[in-house]
Amino acid sequence: MKPSDFETVRVDTDLLILGGGMSACGATFEASYWAKKHGLKVTVVDKAAMDRSGAVAMGLSAINQYIGYGKGQNTVEDYVKYVRQDLMGVSREDLVYDIARHVDSSVHLFEKWGLPIWKDESGEYVHEGRWQIMINGESYKVVVAEAAKNALATMGDKGQLFERVFIVEPLLNNGKCVGAVGFSVRENKFYVFTAKATIACMGGAVHVFRPRSVGEGLGRAWYPPWNSGSTAYFTIRAGAEMTCQEVRFIPVRFKDGYGPVGAWFLLFKSRATNALGEEYMVTRANELPKWAPYGTGKPIPANLRNWLGMEDVMAGKGPIYMRTEEAIANLAAKYKDDPKAFKKKMKELENEAWEDFLDMTISQAILWAGMNIQPEEKPSEIAAAEPYFIGSHSGASGAWVCGPEDLMPAEYRKQWEPIGVYNHMTTVPALFTAGDGAGASSHKFSSGSHAEGRIAAKGAIAYILDHNEAPKVDEAQVAALRDKILAPLARFEEFAPMSSDPEINPNFIKPKMFMFRLQKIMDEYCAGVSAQFTTNKHLLERGLELLTMLKEDSEKLAASDLHELMRCWENVQRMWIAESHLRHVLFREESRWPGYYFRADFPDMDENNWHCFVNSVWNPATGEWTLKKVPIVHLDV
Amino acid sequence: MPSYVILEKCDGCKGQDKTACMYICPNDLMVLDKEKMKAYNRAPEMCWECYNCVKICPQQAVDVRGYADFVPMGASVVPLRGSEDIMWTVKFRNGQVKRFKFPIRTTPEGQAKPWPDEWQTGSEDIKSPVLCTEPASTLAAQLPTLKK
Repeated sequence: MKPSDFETVRVDTDLLILGGGMSACGATFEASYWAKKHGLKVTVVDKAAMDRSGAVAMGLSAINQYIGYGKGQNTVEDYVKYVRQDLMGVSREDLVYDIARHVDSSVHLFEKWGLPIWKDESGEYVHEGRWQIMINGESYKVVVAEAAKNALATMGDKGQLFERVFIVEPLLNNGKCVGAVGFSVRENKFYVFTAKATIACMGGAVHVFRPRSVGEGLGRAWYPPWNSGSTAYFTIRAGAEMTCQEVRFIPVRFKDGYGPVGAWFLLFKSRATNALGEEYMVTRANELPKWAPYGTGKPIPANLRNWLGMEDVMAGKGPIYMRTEEAIANLAAKYKDDPKAFKKKMKELENEAWEDFLDMTISQAILWAGMNIQPEEKPSEIAAAEPYFIGSHSGASGAWVCGPEDLMPAEYRKQWEPIGVYNHMTTVPALFTAGDGAGASSHKFSSGSHAEGRIAAKGAIAYILDHNEAPKVDEAQVAALRDKILAPLARFEEFAPMSSDPEINPNFIKPKMFMFRLQKIMDEYCAGVSAQFTTNKHLLERGLELLTMLKEDSEKLAASDLHELMRCWENVQRMWIAESHLRHVLFREESRWPGYYFRADFPDMDENNWHCFVNSVWNPATGEWTLKKVPIVHLDV
Repeated sequence: MPSYVILEKCDGCKGQDKTACMYICPNDLMVLDKEKMKAYNRAPEMCWECYNCVKICPQQAVDVRGYADFVPMGASVVPLRGSEDIMWTVKFRNGQVKRFKFPIRTTPEGQAKPWPDEWQTGSEDIKSPVLCTEPASTLAAQLPTLKK
C-alpha cells in the first residue's frame, strides 16, 4: 500500500464536528437545531460507528451529573462548590456553572429519547449519591446517538455523518482553524475537511502510561483503549492554550476488571478496609488536615481518598478490600425476621450489583464469575489503576476555553476580546472543544459532556454567523500533511522486504512497540504505577530526554495497512499529551493532588504560590512550549 | 481473548461489504477473512471486552473468553439483546449459573425524537445561553444565572 494509491476527498462545510461520543452527540443534536434555522451545513466525523463509539460505547450503570434544580433538589451553586472542593480549589467555576445549568436538560432529553432511568415509588429518579442517578444503561449510547443522527437527518443534504474516518491534524490559516485532515480506515482515501468553525471532541487519553495488565489484559483499561488523546493533540497542534494538563485521573476500582465502585460506596454504603480490617479513611484521618482546606472539607476529594489507601498499600497493609459482604448484610439486616422479605431483598441487591457491572464493565462480571465471587459472601479487592487523561471526570486536563457571557469573569474574558467571545472557543479562532477536550471543568461525566457539546455547538454557530466567510486553505499545507500522514505506509513498503520479520527492522518502528516505549518512559519517570505515582525534577528531566528521542523516532513509524496507520497516529497523539503532561508536572512545584501524583521534591501543597492554573502553549511556528501561572477567579457562590 | 469468533457459526455476514462486527467494533478490531468468509479479532490484547460484537452478531458467532493473564478459567458471560431488554447468562468457574434480565430502552428502536413537542425552545437568539428545548426541558421556569 503506497500513498500514491490514495484518493484525496475534499469536503467543504460550515460546522465540522470531530468525534462521536457523548459531547459530539450533544454538539450534533444542538447544531442541527441552530444550523437548520440559519441554513448552515453540519458535518460530523467519527473514527468508529456512532451507535457505539466513545467512552460510553459499552453502556453505563449511572449518570454521575444530575442537579435536579428544577425540582428543588440541589442548586447549580452547590455543584460549583462541590467541584471546587474535589479539585483542590482548581477549576474554571464559570464553566462548571454553565455545564451544571444545562445538564438537567440533557438528562431529561435522554429519558424522552428512551433511556430507562430508575424511579422510586413516588416516580422520582433513584439517586446513587447526591449527584448520581441510576439507569438501565446498556443502550445509553445507542439512544443518545440515535437522537443525534435523527436530528442531523432533519437537515437533509446539509447534515452529513462520516464514520470510520480518523482525524489527525488541524488545518490552520494565519492562526485560525479552518478544518481538519485525516484518512478512512476502510478505503484508500485521504480526507480534507474545510470548515468555518470546528469542534474537536474526540475524547481523552488511555495507554499513555503503562497499565497494570500488559498481556492479553492490556486492553482492559478503565477508560476505553480507543481514546488516544486525539482532542488534546488537535488543540495543542493548533496552538491552543491548554490548562491543567498535570491533572490526570487515577480511578480506584475493583482490581484488574476495573468494575465501578460508585454503587458500592454510595448506594450500598460499603466500606473499604485493608487486609487487617482497618478502614484507612478512619485510621489515616490525621493526614487530612495537611491538605486543608480541601482535606478538611466534605466530601473528601477523590485524590485524597486514593492517597490514604495508597499509604496503606505502601505500608504493606494490602490488599485493600471493598467489604461487599458486610454492606449487603447491613442492607438486608432489617428484613432478617421475615424470611420471604429477606430473600426478596437479597435477590434485588444481587440484581443491582450484577447489573452495575453488566451495563458498563462486563469484564468485571467475567472476573467475579471466574473467581467464584458471590459479593454477599466475601469481599473483593480494589486497587488504584493507572493514570488517565479525562477532563470530564475527576481529572481536569484540556484546552483553555471561553466561558459564557453572563458568567465568565472579566479577568478571563479579556483574553477572548480580541478574537471574539464565543462560548467554548479555544484561544485559536474558530476552534471549539468540549467533553474531555475542555479543561478545568471536571465532573461533567457523560451527561455534562453531552450538555457541554451542546454549549460548544451553539457557540460555534454564533461564531459562523458573525464570520461567514469561506475558509482559506493553503494547498501546499494540505499536500505536506498528506505526505506526512501517509508516510508510515511508504516507509513499510520501502523497507519491509529486507527483513525476515515484518516487526523487526532497523529502518522503522511499529506502533505497538512505540506505544510500549512511551508507556515505559511515563510509568518510570512521570509517576506511574511502578513508581508508586511519585516523581521529582530529576526523574522528569530524564523522562523528557527520553521522550525527545521518542519524538525523533516517531518520524520512523511504519504501518502495513490502514488499521496500523491509525495506530501510528494514535500513538503520536499519546506522545504529545505525554509531553504536555510531563511539562506541566515539572512546572508546578508542589504536590496538590497526592493520590494522582506526588512530587517527592515538593511534598506539600503550597496555597501561597500555586493556588492557580498552569497553562501552556505549543507554538506551531517555532515548536516552542511556554508555561505560565494563571490566577483562579472564584465565583461568589 | 477477549472476543473470538466461533468458526462453525460465523457466515461472514454472507459476503456483504462488511460484517456486523466490523461495523460496530469501536476499536476497529474485527476483520473479515474473505477467503475463509470468517471474521476474526485482529488484536485481542487491544479489546476492551465491550461486547458490542457479541451483541450485534446475527449468528451468535462471537463470544468472549476472559483475559487469560488474570481471569481464572471456566467462566462465561453471554448476552442475548432484544429490542427492549437484554438477558445475561453468567456461568461461574464452579458451574453455578445466574441469569439476569434488564431493560435497555423505553422507545421503539430508531424512534428517538430529537425535539419533543412539549419542550419548545424559549429563545431563538443565537447569542442567548438558552439551548434548544430550554428552559422547558430543564423543568425550571428560567435558566439559572449568577446573581449580580
